[in-house]
Amino acid sequence: MSYEIPDDLFYTKEHEWARREGNNVVVGISAYAQDSLGDIVFVELPKAGEELAQNDTFGVVESVKAVSDLFSPVTGKVAEINETVTKSPELINQDPYGDGWLIKVSILDDSELHNLMSAAEYEEYLGKEAKEEIES
Amino acid sequence: MRVSNLKRTPIFEAHKKANAKFAPFAGFEMPIYYSGVLDEHRTVRKAAGLFDVSHMGEIFVRGEESEKFLNSILTNDVTKLTDNKALYTVACFNDGGSVDDLIVYRISKSEYLICVNASNIEKDFNWFKENSSGFKTSITNESEKWAQIALQGPKSDEILQPLTNIDLASLGSFYFTRGRIDSTDLIIARTGYTGEKGVEIYLSPENALNVWNFLLEKGKPWGLKPIGLAARDTLRLEMGYLLYGHELSKSISPIEANLGWVVKIKKGKFQGSDVLMEQVEKGTKRRLIGLKMIEKGIPREGYPVLNLKGENIGSVTSGTLSPSLNIGIALAFVESNYFAPDTEILVEIRGKSVKAKVVRTPFYKPN
Repeated sequence: MSYEIPDDLFYTKEHEWARREGNNVVVGISAYAQDSLGDIVFVELPKAGEELAQNDTFGVVESVKAVSDLFSPVTGKVAEINETVTKSPELINQDPYGDGWLIKVSILDDSELHNLMSAAEYEEYLGKEAKEEIES
Repeated sequence: MRVSNLKRTPIFEAHKKANAKFAPFAGFEMPIYYSGVLDEHRTVRKAAGLFDVSHMGEIFVRGEESEKFLNSILTNDVTKLTDNKALYTVACFNDGGSVDDLIVYRISKSEYLICVNASNIEKDFNWFKENSSGFKTSITNESEKWAQIALQGPKSDEILQPLTNIDLASLGSFYFTRGRIDSTDLIIARTGYTGEKGVEIYLSPENALNVWNFLLEKGKPWGLKPIGLAARDTLRLEMGYLLYGHELSKSISPIEANLGWVVKIKKGKFQGSDVLMEQVEKGTKRRLIGLKMIEKGIPREGYPVLNLKGENIGSVTSGTLSPSLNIGIALAFVESNYFAPDTEILVEIRGKSVKAKVVRTPFYKPN
C-alpha cells in the first residue's frame, strides 16, 4: 500500500507532519495515520496560547474504536486551532494535508524541524513499519 | 515469510480481495472493516449488509434427554421450544455468574444446535460435557464443520427471496428452517445481532465462499456490502445488545445485566437458579444502564461513571460514537439507585467529567 507523502513537509515517528508557514508551523497527521485510524469521529485540540514542547501530547484524535494521542513536532505556542475540523473530524480522513490540518504553532527557532524526518526518510520509515507488521 | 497462529474462516480470500482491514479476534484473522465502519454501519441500517460470522461456535446436543439436560443448565425455558424454533438464553454457574450467552436452535426434541460466542467455544464445550454426565445425551463441538453468514438490513428479504426456496415472509422471528440458496443446502434462521430484519445462515465450510460471493453479487443492486466486526459492534451497541466479556462475564449475572426476561425462575431448579431467584427478589447492588452523552465526548470501556457530586458509581462496559445518532452512547454498570432513565450522571473522559444521562435501550429503533 502506498501513501501520499508530500515532499515539502517534515514528519515525526508518531505520524504527524509539520509545514513551515512564516513564523508558524502547521501540524497535522499523515495519510498513513488517518488510514490506520479508520473513520475519525472526534478531535480534541488545545487552546490557543498553550505552550508546547517538542513531543508533548497536544490533543487526541478518536476513531469509532480507539483514542490516539497527538504529539507536537515542535516547541512553541499554539497560535491557531482548526475549528472546522473539530466540527467535521472526517476532514482529517478526506484531506489530511490540507483542510484536515490541526494546529498552528508559533516557534522562535526552526532548528527542531531538522530533527524530524524528511519525506524520503518518512517513506523509508513507513516501509520498515509495514515490514515489522507483516513479520509479527 | 509470514507465520501466524491465527485461524481463517473459509471466506477469508473474499475479504482479502475486498481489501478488508484485518485484526485478530478470538484466534481468527477477521475483517474489521472494508469501506469504513461508519459507511458499513449506515449501509446495514438503510439497505443491507453481509457478515462473515464463521468464527462463532456450533455445539450439538443430541439424545433422548437433551431437553432435560439443557433446561438444567440454561436460564431460559427450553421446553417452550418446538421444532425449528430458537431462543436466546444465558448459561450460569452455580453462583449466578455467566458462562456465556447463546442461542439454542431446536432441530428436534433429540437434536439441538447451540450457537456460542467465538471466544468461549472450548470453555462452553467442556462445561456442557461436564454437566451432561448424568443425562442420556451426547455433546459434540462441530464449530469446524459449520460456517455462518449473516444477512441483515431492511432490504435483506428482498435480496434473499429470489435466491431461496424458503418463503421468507412466513419465517417468523426466532424460527429457522432448512432450505436452499441457489443450489446449496443450508439452514436459514430469523435471528441476528443488529436489530434489523434479517437472517443468519448456517452452512458447510465448503460452500461458504460461493454463497458469500453469490449473495454479494446478487445483492449489489440493492446496495448490499460486506460488513466487518467494527460495524457489527456499533450496530449491536445501538440496540443495547450485550457482548460477553463486557456486559456479561463469570462475575456478572444475567439479572444484573437486565436479562431477567431470559431467566425463567418458575420453570424449576437449574444451575444458578438459587442465586438468581434471590437477586430477582432482593435486587442487586449494581445494574446495567444505557447512557447517552449530553456534552461532547465518547464514552469508552473502562471509563469511570460518576454521580453529579463527582463520586464514582460505576464504569463503562462498552461505548462508542453512535453512527446513527451522532452522539456518544454506552452501556455501563452503576449502583442500582442510579438506574432510572433521565438520571443525570457524569463520564470521566481523560480526567474531565462530561455530562451524560441514563436512557432506556435500544438507543436506536429500527423501522
